[in-house]
Amino acid sequence: MLEIRDLHATIEGKEILRGIDLTVKAGEVHAIMGPNGSGKSTLSAVLAGNPAYTVTGGSATLCGKDLLAMSPENRAHEGLFLSFQYPVEIPGVSMVNFMRTALNEKRKYHGLEPLSASDFLKLMREKRAVVQMDNKLASRAVNEGFSGGEKKKNEIFQMAMLEPRLSILDETDSGLDIDALRVVAGGVNALKTRENATIVITHYQRLLDYIKPDHVHVLYKGRIVMSGGPELALELEEKGYDWIKEIVDNPENKQ
Amino acid sequence: MNELHNDSNRIINDAAHEEYKYGFVTDVDTTILEKGLNEEVVRKISALKGEPEWLLEFRLKAYEHWKTLTPPQWGHLDMPEIDFQDISYYAAPRKKSEATDIDPEMKRTFDKLGVPLEERMALSGMAVDAIMDSVSVHTSYKERLAELGVIFCPISEAVRDYPDLVRKHLGSVVPYTDNFYAALNSAVFSDGSFVYIPKGVRCPMELSSYFRINAAQTGQFERTLIVADDDSYVSYLEGCTAPMRDENQLHAAIVEIVVEDRAEVKYSTVQNWYPGDKNGKGGIYNLVTKRGLCRGISSKLSWTQVETGSAITWKYPSCILRGDNSVGEFYSVALTRNYQQADTGTKMIHIGKNTRSTIVSKGISAGHSQNSYRGMVKVVPKATGCRNYTQCDSLLLSDTSGAHTFPVIEVGNDSSVVEHEATTSKINEEQIFYCNQRGISTEDAVGLIVNGYAKEVMSKLPMEFAVEAQRLLSVSLEGSVG
Repeated sequence: MLEIRDLHATIEGKEILRGIDLTVKAGEVHAIMGPNGSGKSTLSAVLAGNPAYTVTGGSATLCGKDLLAMSPENRAHEGLFLSFQYPVEIPGVSMVNFMRTALNEKRKYHGLEPLSASDFLKLMREKRAVVQMDNKLASRAVNEGFSGGEKKKNEIFQMAMLEPRLSILDETDSGLDIDALRVVAGGVNALKTRENATIVITHYQRLLDYIKPDHVHVLYKGRIVMSGGPELALELEEKGYDWIKEIVDNPENKQ
Repeated sequence: MNELHNDSNRIINDAAHEEYKYGFVTDVDTTILEKGLNEEVVRKISALKGEPEWLLEFRLKAYEHWKTLTPPQWGHLDMPEIDFQDISYYAAPRKKSEATDIDPEMKRTFDKLGVPLEERMALSGMAVDAIMDSVSVHTSYKERLAELGVIFCPISEAVRDYPDLVRKHLGSVVPYTDNFYAALNSAVFSDGSFVYIPKGVRCPMELSSYFRINAAQTGQFERTLIVADDDSYVSYLEGCTAPMRDENQLHAAIVEIVVEDRAEVKYSTVQNWYPGDKNGKGGIYNLVTKRGLCRGISSKLSWTQVETGSAITWKYPSCILRGDNSVGEFYSVALTRNYQQADTGTKMIHIGKNTRSTIVSKGISAGHSQNSYRGMVKVVPKATGCRNYTQCDSLLLSDTSGAHTFPVIEVGNDSSVVEHEATTSKINEEQIFYCNQRGISTEDAVGLIVNGYAKEVMSKLPMEFAVEAQRLLSVSLEGSVG
């Protein structure tokens, strides 16, 4: 589904991604872990097409299509979804209005008629249940005055509405208490199918207790320096990131 | 959640790729007075309209006073000097046949503009007075309103049919001595609407005036007078468009409103005069004096305006809160782009005790435009227990546009409370990217964000107007980000 080859990217002239290689297949859950500043969020931003970053080399394709050549909105239409670490507030724009615009734009892209108001509302009710969002939340302005937990639930709600092929969850666990974490993770798991895939970006093992990854990668200094199965996450939890830094920074000491 | 809200968004999206679509010219036979302004012209206008002597006197006094004045320079506006002798002060479309009430060509014009002149089309429940150039073309629903005692007609007709009412109130809120353009209007005003709501009557439908400049090299000087007697209510809407022309055209109107005891007037404007082209060529100079007098106790006047048109806008719909416990409100969205300039705001003058006012102003500047809020809140010493809340926000969509605020606050006693909040922000890249990531293009995202920003004001508009205004905001923003 997703093929990333030797991806390089900079922000304000500073190189953050320095050759990323990653393959994600349909039905898989990948976790990307790593210490602060290793480039995890940059990777998600670059894949989503955030104009603040410049791609300086390499390639990324989604289902065979050149992701990097597409506008951010077309990447979304092609099935890429990013759950933001810090979802922004858009005052005065109701969630209903926002979601309806987003969904109908996607339908238009795929040559479908806009959804009728009643069908849309039905869909909203159905998807709201995935993350136990109450009705009031959906009629409020986008993220305005939402608590940290509500914002993250709202991200997963939008994911449920848009039914992406590939979801990237950027630090979705940050700022969540344990109850909210359960709800959010439960939502993500409920949306998992054999046709879609998920990349979970996280600093801690905690989220991976709820969302079980098939593959775990460690990102450090803009490269994936280690990959493994779920056991790698547990090892990181136990030992921290220092031993990885040690290996990468002083390869001659490797035992 | 309502269907209409969704519909409005669909309309916005459908229309997101339009240019100014009201720029056509109607080919009607027009009587135009030769250019220039002198006593003879003032007399001619009065004679053409068959006016009584007292009104001619009023005009002549205004003209004499106007000659002693110079145009005001205090606005944050870069306005070329206007040659007032190079303008025709009267243009009247001539009816082609006397058999039908409305000239078919003019009817087509207003149909094209979406203004329903035929009553069967006015199912939206709106009575319309349509004014092209200097004369009123048609007023609908007149008979039905008359049953309630509501008078809604061209002011020229009111002068003939209700001279005492007009004479009593004309110039009582905006005297001809008020300012340069008010004096000019008082001398040469052509048509406009007159509204009288009798005691205790709640006007059952929205009253609406639609102004259209059609003829070239003419100015439009309409005058609207609204009188709401004790315990009455009316909601009044005003819309305007003009053809695209390379020259600048002058629009200097006066709106006067008198609100008696416990009466309420809601006055809403969607101003979409031709703004000029993208290089700032052409466009309407919109120099308008709008003021209401809350004369009665517990009376209420609410101004709502959405300003997207005109090359230059100079207007300050104001409230004089003379009756005790009276309430004044001003809700404004002013969007400027390309080389448009807007200097707009309000004055709230608290004279009565326990009077309250609210000001919410949202400026949006794009391109190379200049957008200023100018406001005055004045509480006289004997007006105790007054409250004002002012919120004044500016949103910049480009680095080359300007947003300015010029508030004046004068509070003459200790028991009154005046609050002023102001913010300036740039459109947020993160908000746009967030929308992009959800599949919404940048242009649509800006439309959403700006409409969200203006929502507090838009929500004050009557529903039919809100849809039109939202669409206008989005359309006007096309290509404005950068």
